[in-house]
Amino acid sequence: MPLTIPKEEYVNQGHTACAGCGAALAMRYVLKGMGPKTAVAIPASCWAIIPGEYPYTALKVPLLYTTFASTGAAISGLREGLNAQGKEDYNVLAFAGDGGTADIGLQALSAAMERGHDVLFVMYDNEAYMNTGIQRSSSTPYGAWTTTTPVGLKRNFKKEKKKYVSDLMIAQNVPYVATASIGYPEDLERKVAIAKSIKGPKFIQILSPCPPGWYYNTADTIKVSRLAVESKVFPLYEFKSGKFTLFKPSKTTSIADYLSLQGRFKHLNDEEIKSIEEAVEERWKLLLKKEQN
Amino acid sequence: MALLPLMYVSSETKVMSSWRTTKPVIDYSKCTRCEICWKFCPDMAINLVTDPKLKTPNDRFNALEAPSIDYDHCKGCGICQAECPFGAIEMVREEI
Repeated sequence: MPLTIPKEEYVNQGHTACAGCGAALAMRYVLKGMGPKTAVAIPASCWAIIPGEYPYTALKVPLLYTTFASTGAAISGLREGLNAQGKEDYNVLAFAGDGGTADIGLQALSAAMERGHDVLFVMYDNEAYMNTGIQRSSSTPYGAWTTTTPVGLKRNFKKEKKKYVSDLMIAQNVPYVATASIGYPEDLERKVAIAKSIKGPKFIQILSPCPPGWYYNTADTIKVSRLAVESKVFPLYEFKSGKFTLFKPSKTTSIADYLSLQGRFKHLNDEEIKSIEEAVEERWKLLLKKEQN
Repeated sequence: MALLPLMYVSSETKVMSSWRTTKPVIDYSKCTRCEICWKFCPDMAINLVTDPKLKTPNDRFNALEAPSIDYDHCKGCGICQAECPFGAIEMVREEI
């Protein structure tokens, strides 16, 4: 069979990601699409430790570590520096987790997108601060257990809803915004290729499941990512030059299937699951309305 | 001559096999070379090789590159076994 995604690898073997890591797959797919002429900026996140301790590196492309809050500023500087050297053919990529995008890095991201540098910002969304030990972030969904929202007798699981950074980027009118999933690598590669062809700021949010943080079997990483899309919990959409397109899965599964696979949702009772279903349905209707307008 | 600091070492030199409790074993007689295991491996531990020894009964598949697991870098997550549509991969418990 012909390969459906590019064969070249830009992530080496021997990186220190956990077994079944979704973020490692996300980086693998994104770099396959971006090619060798790419400079990557990574803030504090899981990916800050996955390449390995000094002197090891798992990436075949140049890599810049930045502080948590300054990823957007770092890629702006990289871009302008490369342009000043006449290296316009290089791509600049930021690869930040959900904490470095939705919480701490949000203002630098927003500013970089507003200034209109030719950069791609990838948010790999594992829905908590996984690197420091599963603390709640604003991207953690309603109902999830984390170490800072422990369930216990008082049922203190996360009560707030997830913040959708991709929606914020659409509101900011970024030329290309997309959400993607590692369960559909061909779709992810297509979105990265479109982002590469556009000159200007781009933003892609990738759902990357985390076996230790979400409490599921390491073999189910791809299954969980597919279920998230099929149950409409994580809708895939694209926003390109003002046009919004929503991907409608041909096969749909129930949200209970998606939740029951993960230990972080095992405390939820029927009523709470029903409220999640209602919220997902409401958001889906809103997205459909957005597509029609 | 100026002394240059060591810039970096590729992580390929590290051996990750001690992280594993089960290892995937491919049954080449069932493998159809769809390369889905290669596509979903988070550790890049599945290489595509041309090896005449890895035979299937179907000659059509023998002309294609076969997946081969690099046991130095496989962490034994089991994604390849879960995603193989033909049941050609089995997870075998590691014995010491």
